[in-house]
Amino acid sequence: MSHDFQLSRRSLLMGMVAGSAGMLAQSVPFGRALAASGLTVGFIYVGPRDDYGYNQAHAQGAAALKSLPGIKVTEEENVAETIAVEKTMESMINLDGAKLIFPTSFGYFDPFVLKMARKYPDVTFMHCGGLWKPGLPANAHSYFGYIDEAEYLSGIVAAHVSKKKKLGFVAAKPIPQVLRNINSFTLGARSVDPAITTQVIFTGDWSLPVKEAEATNSLADQGVDVFTCHVDSPKVVIETAEHRGAFTCGYHASQATLAPKGYLTGAEWNWEKVYAGFIADILAGKTLPGLIRGGLKEGTVRTSPYGAAVPAAARSQADAVKAKFEPGDFVIYKGPIKDNKGQTVIAGGVSQGQTDIALESMNYLVEGVVGSVA
Amino acid sequence: MESDALGWWGVPLAVIAGAIRVSTPFFFVSLGECVTERSGRINLGLEGTLVMGAMSGYGTACLSGSPWLGILAAGCAGGLFGILHALLCSLPRVNDIALGIALMLFGTGLAFFLGKPFIQPKAPGLPSIDLGWWSSLPQVRSALEVNVLFLAGIAAAPLLAWGFRNSRWGMIVRMVGDSSDAARAMGYSPDRVRLLATAFGGFMAGVGGSFLSLYYPGAWSESLSSGQGITAVALVIFARWNPLGCFWASLLFGGAGALGPALQSVGVTEGYYLFNAAPYMLTLLILILSSSSRRRLAGAPAELSVTR
Repeated sequence: MSHDFQLSRRSLLMGMVAGSAGMLAQSVPFGRALAASGLTVGFIYVGPRDDYGYNQAHAQGAAALKSLPGIKVTEEENVAETIAVEKTMESMINLDGAKLIFPTSFGYFDPFVLKMARKYPDVTFMHCGGLWKPGLPANAHSYFGYIDEAEYLSGIVAAHVSKKKKLGFVAAKPIPQVLRNINSFTLGARSVDPAITTQVIFTGDWSLPVKEAEATNSLADQGVDVFTCHVDSPKVVIETAEHRGAFTCGYHASQATLAPKGYLTGAEWNWEKVYAGFIADILAGKTLPGLIRGGLKEGTVRTSPYGAAVPAAARSQADAVKAKFEPGDFVIYKGPIKDNKGQTVIAGGVSQGQTDIALESMNYLVEGVVGSVA
Repeated sequence: MESDALGWWGVPLAVIAGAIRVSTPFFFVSLGECVTERSGRINLGLEGTLVMGAMSGYGTACLSGSPWLGILAAGCAGGLFGILHALLCSLPRVNDIALGIALMLFGTGLAFFLGKPFIQPKAPGLPSIDLGWWSSLPQVRSALEVNVLFLAGIAAAPLLAWGFRNSRWGMIVRMVGDSSDAARAMGYSPDRVRLLATAFGGFMAGVGGSFLSLYYPGAWSESLSSGQGITAVALVIFARWNPLGCFWASLLFGGAGALGPALQSVGVTEGYYLFNAAPYMLTLLILILSSSSRRRLAGAPAELSVTR
């Protein structure tokens, strides 16, 4: 019996050596080899992939890849932003043979993705939301989108629809990405009517359904009549607002089916297009840059189709601004901009375009937002 | 402030409305656990039971189209978890607290596993009763949209309190909880009484869970319960094993939870993490003020492992 076992172990080891030699040989013409042998792509989500929100947007991108020839997609959901994600990445690489991995949650990047990228230099990591800097491993790319462009358009539509001139924003945590969305939404609304205010409630975490419902109800009690949010799953906020007879702008994915009466428009990710683009580039043997960003111009983000409640004036104004975003001409953060404590945060004459890295460390709320970052 | 905004009046209104909306799951779980603990056993697994109830209630309502069947299914699923806890606890040298923690993890995991297909679909919700018809303010009307489960809970609390004092089964439960030797001498099996009491506790926790998924916030998701089940177990101690106390404790906890968002909505935006922690600080404060190092907690069943 023991003899059999030794034999099988030896053959297993030999098989592994042969296999890795084969992989080494293949990895030289990277793209061509992948096209011939098929590419396994791993997707890692922090929550359930049908949450009407952040994870669903990524899962839709993954689903779009499944139909491509030679691409095999493997997915794991509910992976915490802890050492758990390292184990998931290891098993995707070693057991499923994944050569391309999308760890899609912000907190995966440092240190987990960076560590894996150093350990497996022949695997490509595409991380969503991180800030890649020169000096970090070249195979740990980070991509994200300027979804605040779509938020700005949502703000324009919201301003036209709101009768009480009070908008509500249910947000998770005061981090730069969230603050930028709140500010862009408000700036868009105030470009229509400077008297409009946005009332913000921070719930404190990415997914707290009861607290999100409470926040929506308290805002509705204060006369807020258009809602949007930045939480992992906007489902609760959208449904509660619909129940209160208020209007809503969606986030992450389309929630139009959840609010047939009140859904106006929304800021959505377009990962289907982005991911298909990454795959095409990799198969063509192109080297992707470390830091990848895109907005409406690149098709990284999109807006939900207008709901029935959106008046013609709102549609035409939002469409006109969108037409300026598409060639990349429109600047949201054009000074002078004051924060909601009266201090000037962007001086007159200064304009911070979308690619300005200063915007990725935003720590203020603009004039017109009722709320505070601490 | 415009005429249709409530301004500062919004804060007490939101706290009351929040108390009515948020308290129901606390209420059901704590009433059920009150009966379980009065029989001398503590079931910490109710967090898992609550999540399991939320999932099975939502799933059943989705598939059958009836939220009432959903509540029934949630209660039955909860009851099964209660029976499981009681049966395992009746084995020699099984610690009810350790087992409760195991069942909490098991219930949550099983609910996540079975609940996967129900995250996306929309289940029919429970109807509400409009008690605010007399008011012209939409805020008041919305606050007084009361769910039938809340009313059922209000009816159940005094009934249980009366039952503990005056009914035969209430006295049996209390006797088992205070002295299992006395119960045995009277010819009652403590294990059987505890089995029924724990099954009842599980049933109530399951129904409480279905309130979360079928009414407020009204959808099944894996982050639905942010510890409501385990908090409710603590509320029973806080309420001194008194069903009417459970009612007030749940209302207090629900209202305190609404304080954070309500203050932010009127523009008190500094320190929201502190206000969000209000329910927990309140609990700590009351427990500290009402505890003593010299005597046992008043009203505690003598057989309870945490107070023995």
